[in-house]
Amino acid sequence: MNLKSLRSHPLLWPVVTLLLILTVNASLNPGFWVVQWRDGHLYGSVIDILNRSAPLMLTALGMTLVIATRGIDISVGATVAIAAAVAALMVGGKLVITDGVAQHISRFPMWLAIVCALLTALACGLWNGLLVAKIGLQPIIATLILMVAGRGVAQLLTDGQIVTVYYPPYFYIGSGYLWGLPFALFIAAAVYLAMHLAVTRTALGLFIQAIGINPAAARLAGVRERLISICVYAFCGLTAGIAGLIISSNVKSADGNNAGNLLELDAILAVTLGGTLLTGGRFSLAGSMIGALIIQTLTSTIYSIGVPPEINLVVKAAVVFVVMLMQSAEFRSAVHGWVVRPAPAGHQGIKS
Amino acid sequence: MKLARKYVPLAATVTLFLAMSAYGSLSYTGFFSAQAFLNLLIDNAFLVIVAVGMTFVILTGGIDLSVGSVVALSTIVLAKLVEHAHWNLWLAMPLVLCLGTLFGAFMGWLIQRFRLQPFIVTLAGMFLARGMCYLISIDSVSITDPAYTLLAQTRIHLWGDKAMLSISAVLALVVLGVAVFMAHFTEFGRTVYAIGGSEHSAVLMGLPVARTTVLVYALSGFCAALGGVVFTFYMLSGYGLHAVGLELDAIAAVVIGGTLLSGGVGYVFGTLFGVLTLGIIQSLIMFDGSLSSWWTRIVIGVLLFVFCVLQRVFETGRKAG
Repeated sequence: MNLKSLRSHPLLWPVVTLLLILTVNASLNPGFWVVQWRDGHLYGSVIDILNRSAPLMLTALGMTLVIATRGIDISVGATVAIAAAVAALMVGGKLVITDGVAQHISRFPMWLAIVCALLTALACGLWNGLLVAKIGLQPIIATLILMVAGRGVAQLLTDGQIVTVYYPPYFYIGSGYLWGLPFALFIAAAVYLAMHLAVTRTALGLFIQAIGINPAAARLAGVRERLISICVYAFCGLTAGIAGLIISSNVKSADGNNAGNLLELDAILAVTLGGTLLTGGRFSLAGSMIGALIIQTLTSTIYSIGVPPEINLVVKAAVVFVVMLMQSAEFRSAVHGWVVRPAPAGHQGIKS
Repeated sequence: MKLARKYVPLAATVTLFLAMSAYGSLSYTGFFSAQAFLNLLIDNAFLVIVAVGMTFVILTGGIDLSVGSVVALSTIVLAKLVEHAHWNLWLAMPLVLCLGTLFGAFMGWLIQRFRLQPFIVTLAGMFLARGMCYLISIDSVSITDPAYTLLAQTRIHLWGDKAMLSISAVLALVVLGVAVFMAHFTEFGRTVYAIGGSEHSAVLMGLPVARTTVLVYALSGFCAALGGVVFTFYMLSGYGLHAVGLELDAIAAVVIGGTLLSGGVGYVFGTLFGVLTLGIIQSLIMFDGSLSSWWTRIVIGVLLFVFCVLQRVFETGRKAG
């Protein structure tokens, strides 16, 4: 009974995939699981993977809710670029020497810069939400608009340059450590926890699921479908904004053209890997977190075993193909047909 | 009135294009010349070809995100074959076109046979094709074959020295002509429109939906490969980073050309004007001189927005009326 419920658990396949990749990793790289205490924090491959997967986790979390309502947001990469540009421009930073003491001064207070960047990202998400829910555009097209224009806006903000940040406190977001663990991981965990509580302890999760399964029926049942859709897109923008802060803080700069490049695709991939159906309805926040970890571990594996990193794309493509085929009912029944041979015509109905 | 309504999105695009050319001609000297307009076609020939293939996919209600990567893959396969394996040009090109068609057909088969979402399948196709580029070569491979450069530099004079076209532009026009014929005068074209209108009804009508769906993606793959061949005429090189984001330009051109993304409504001919509108935005920004290149993206985004909203208004108007 217990085993049976485990076998049908939605997180089974994502976890198995992750464990598989981790095992491959460990067998190829003996030092993979080694975690040391160095410079006042934990240090090792695993910690590195956790740190690097934080932005992807955040965007995947926001994307999960969007996909759960039958939508999609392909503008998160552009939102990351815009948020990063706003933050980097406002923090800026320069070295000032007063009374012989070198001091880093930011252009605006850091909290203000962060708030502005997040508000900008929220506005981006809100814009998507309004296009989808109020004007009624298809989600992919509504967000395509921002995806195309967003990078232009980011480049406009940074004047086409890569904006470098010279303000050490800002670096804490993306490369600092709290209690020995990467600070970015705490941000991702906090957002996950907040979302988990919101969808399990309130009716929000149920509403989102209802919209994903049948928007019209949800509306007739009294779910405020449009409002929730708008909020979901706005929230997706917000998580992309947080990811943008982490990314820009980690590389200490903002590049309007390349920050968060292809992140939207990775985020969608992470959500799919985590068992959320692209057709809406069933979703899993924990699955998306694991999906993000799978992608980051895969990337790290490819780097560590020494094959050219470009092969990453081929591996990712193979993973996407396998996952979507597994999700397809037609494929499963076709495979079933190949494996289990149909009974001969004369013996129908006779069971061994 | 009914007939007029059918052509509203197309008319809007053509009007916009004419208005922009008029604005450009009045504001900048040298803008209004036959060659300047032919250059729009010459510079964007590969986009016309790719966008024509995309139009068919979108008409069925699908989408093809892999076209940019297939263009890149075609350039690099072609460059490798011609430069490193010393293949004959006329052998290498058909092979590349076949590969592109097969790639598209494979994605179409997955979409049709297993009821997968076109967005995800072609996304995987995009990763796969881009990754294969790097497997073949990480660096740019330049093409120095004399026959190839001759082909790339040939200009066809229309009248005197004032107006000429490149081979790629002629190819684009041929593709456009064939596509218009296919869309409006063949069984294939009618089935494409029927699938876009309602796939279920198309099946019930006994139309070859399964075959047509696969064919549409195969056609898009073919157009992308041909776009890749034409792209090498500009670049004279094959490179995995060629044509990054081309799929977005192609989708934008199709939408601005008046094709509804929900499928079933639109004209291949409109796509030409979609591409030309994108081209003229670039020209205007270039002629202006004071605006930076990123304004192109912003203006394209704004145009997409305006057209999508107009389409939406048009759609609801049609339902109400």
